[in-house]
Amino acid sequence: MAEYILQARNITKKFPGVLANDHINFDLKKGEIHTILGENGAGKSTLMNILDGIYYPNEGEIYINGKKANIRSPFDSMRYGIGMIHQHFMLVDTLTVLENVILGLKDQSFFINKKQIADKIIEISDKYKFDLKPFAKIWQLSVGEQQRVEIVKMLFRGADILILDEPTAVLTPQESEALFEILKKMKSEGKSIIFISHKLNEVMEISDRITVLRKGKVIGTVNKEETNPVELAKMMVGREVLFRLQRKPLERGEEVLKVENVEAYNDRGIKVLNKIGFTVHKGEIFGLAGVAGNGQKELAQVITGLRKATSGKVFLLGKDITNQHPLVIANSGTNYIPPDRLKVGLIPNLSSIDNAILRRYRKNPIGSGILVNYKKAREYTESLIEKFNIMVPRIDAPVKLLSGGNMQKLLLAREISENPALLIAVHPTRGLDIGATEFIRKKLLEVRDSGMAVLLISEDLDEILMISDRIGVIYEGRITGIMDAKDADVHKIGLLMAGSTEEESATVH
Amino acid sequence: MSGAHHIVLIVLFSAAVQSGTTLLYPTIGEIFAERSGILNLGVEGMMIMGAFFGFVVTYITRNPYIGFLAGVLAGGAAALIHAFVSITLRGNQVVSGLALTIFGLGFTNFYGQRWINLRSPVTVSQMSVPLLSKIPYIGPIFFKQDALVYTSYIVAIVMWFILYKTKVGVHLRATGQNARAADAMGVNVYATRYWWTFFGGLLAGAGGAYLTIAYAPFWLDGMTAGRGWIAIALVIFAMWDPLNAMVGAYLFGGIDALQLQLQAVGVTIPSSLLNMLPYLLTLIVIIIATLIVRVKHISAPKELGIPYNREEK
Ligand SMILES: Nc1ncnc2c1ncn2[C@@H]1O[C@H](COP(=O)(O)OP(=O)(O)OP(=O)(O)O)[C@@H](O)[C@H]1O
Ligand SMILES: [Mg+2]
Repeated sequence: MAEYILQARNITKKFPGVLANDHINFDLKKGEIHTILGENGAGKSTLMNILDGIYYPNEGEIYINGKKANIRSPFDSMRYGIGMIHQHFMLVDTLTVLENVILGLKDQSFFINKKQIADKIIEISDKYKFDLKPFAKIWQLSVGEQQRVEIVKMLFRGADILILDEPTAVLTPQESEALFEILKKMKSEGKSIIFISHKLNEVMEISDRITVLRKGKVIGTVNKEETNPVELAKMMVGREVLFRLQRKPLERGEEVLKVENVEAYNDRGIKVLNKIGFTVHKGEIFGLAGVAGNGQKELAQVITGLRKATSGKVFLLGKDITNQHPLVIANSGTNYIPPDRLKVGLIPNLSSIDNAILRRYRKNPIGSGILVNYKKAREYTESLIEKFNIMVPRIDAPVKLLSGGNMQKLLLAREISENPALLIAVHPTRGLDIGATEFIRKKLLEVRDSGMAVLLISEDLDEILMISDRIGVIYEGRITGIMDAKDADVHKIGLLMAGSTEEESATVH
Repeated sequence: MSGAHHIVLIVLFSAAVQSGTTLLYPTIGEIFAERSGILNLGVEGMMIMGAFFGFVVTYITRNPYIGFLAGVLAGGAAALIHAFVSITLRGNQVVSGLALTIFGLGFTNFYGQRWINLRSPVTVSQMSVPLLSKIPYIGPIFFKQDALVYTSYIVAIVMWFILYKTKVGVHLRATGQNARAADAMGVNVYATRYWWTFFGGLLAGAGGAYLTIAYAPFWLDGMTAGRGWIAIALVIFAMWDPLNAMVGAYLFGGIDALQLQLQAVGVTIPSSLLNMLPYLLTLIVIIIATLIVRVKHISAPKELGIPYNREEK
């Protein structure tokens, strides 16, 4: 018994209309890194939230060190030594690092002993080479730094069972590497770790054992040594997954998008686009690679009219659309998959129907006069759901209840059904499982084959290399190099992403 | 400046502090309720409950301090209705708060009939604080007041300290800013919100009670006359900070005091204009406050008015 630090027995959790966890059995060995794998909506986060006390299961028991544990709130789980980093960080951004670390701790004195706590934070942070400043406010930190605050928070509480729910989804490759070093170090100190990720190469690198979930059920638990990515993908999805995608030869047509010397500022008033210029043609996917924060987000906003260009021009099919109203730009043939589906792409509390018709309710036949024809709207939504194989609890349930993959499918369905001349897709597969990722990439290739021009902005180099025809690299708001996909390799792009010019990277090469 | 002017001004400012006290208590109370994420638009209703019970109990017991306590508790009890609706039932906080205001005004209108125009037989006595009251200008304005005014100073300072320097303050600020994160870290979101909503009611009751016990020791129907609304506006003006609340409360207390003094010296203002004044003031406060808040990039607690449900996605 002592071998297992945590055991979950027959855990069942129902949400209205969904069986998120269906009699799940799961064991965590002391000192292991155990990955949970599964498609979007498989129930991974639900299980973790149950272990952390956020949700209470309808059925089932949890044993810690062989003894039955009664976990009814996050406070209880903390007493059992469980600490969790959630898929969406649990940080209060107006508070300082120090205040976030001690938040909720009952054994703290009424008056905060800042000096003592700060010393302890620095001690932990030094041990893992984090370089955290206890008095910085959370909103001033980068995503990677925020994650380190989450780790310190768990360690400060003396957690020895650590749960990390998709910690690498928001990290750059370098940051992910650093995180893995930390996890390995914690493991060597005897901590037991549950890790969640959709990226199979990461899973193969870091795990000791892997448990696969599908539709709320455990499909199996395997040792890392005895498995491979192809088998894992099959367990997860229930069928073979294509790691390579078929594509027709490029039929590059006329110029659809032309960006010329565009400059723009970000929300904090810093210039993030620096005379950027490039073109995208009919029938090609132009992949724009770059480290997060080099102006990608703002570039997409400028093209779609959501942000003002302070100088330069944007042309669509030869027509000047610079700084036009977003609706005008959309109507002249630009559609957009924004990076943040729940903030910009969809309206979380509205139904699938309302979200599906956002591009159409103004026009016949769905819009008629000042009214919306809901019969037509429902039919239209049903057709999208069928064509794109979208799983919804109910067609009129709020879209926030959909899994990430299904939200993204709905968004993609809505945008490409307008059959635009230009599709801009920003991080279209972020946070998606391999099945949904494959689906989205296939669709992007499909619309390219049908003659659409696609601007793909992504931080995922593998994605860029896999589906682009031409690749551009953005660094500090300008293009540092453009190449044909067949001439591209990770090393060369990596150098350009780090700011060296094309000539420099060519000589290194 | 001649001596007479001097005295007139000191009398005016000292009255401003007293009038301001009727605003300071409820403003601080609402600041803390809002900091926890609960918007309570029932301040006017809770104040008038405090004013009524404060007056009646003082009248009966002939002890203004017992009366004050009764008013405080009446405000707190009223707030619990709002807490129940908005925290336990997860109802709409705007509707619940407005209902509370209407309820308070209606309740006191109904049960207050036979007390109308009665004068309180006792009131709180003024006491000078040794040393401090000797400071020129400041002394006679701030330190020749009654015990309830001094209590309000202490409340403001202590609450500022609790908000920024203690564990309880961290829990409160976290709850109003990101309830989910606070919950995940082991803070009891529901208990935190219940307590601070109740606390807001206690202080709203205190403001009302101070009105009928000390500032204007008699009973009139609807005598809070929009002070609750001004307090809500002052919360924004104060940028959710108890010490800033003092500045706002005395500023608007000053306008109230000035208006009374003008009447006393015979300047006549049409009564319709007078009736409009509190609402006009509220509007002015909101405009000024919003401008300041915008410039300083401060925003209301993010969870303000949003019910929390742990299992909701
Ligand atoms: N609080 C909730 N209320 C209602 N339904 C929920 C809730 N949380 C999760 N669900 C549903 O339960 C199922 C499992 O969701 P869960 O978040 O556990 O999936 P996941 O495996 O973590 O997926 P992802 O990879 O997208 O993070 C989904 O269908 C989801 O829509
Ligand atoms: Mg999840």
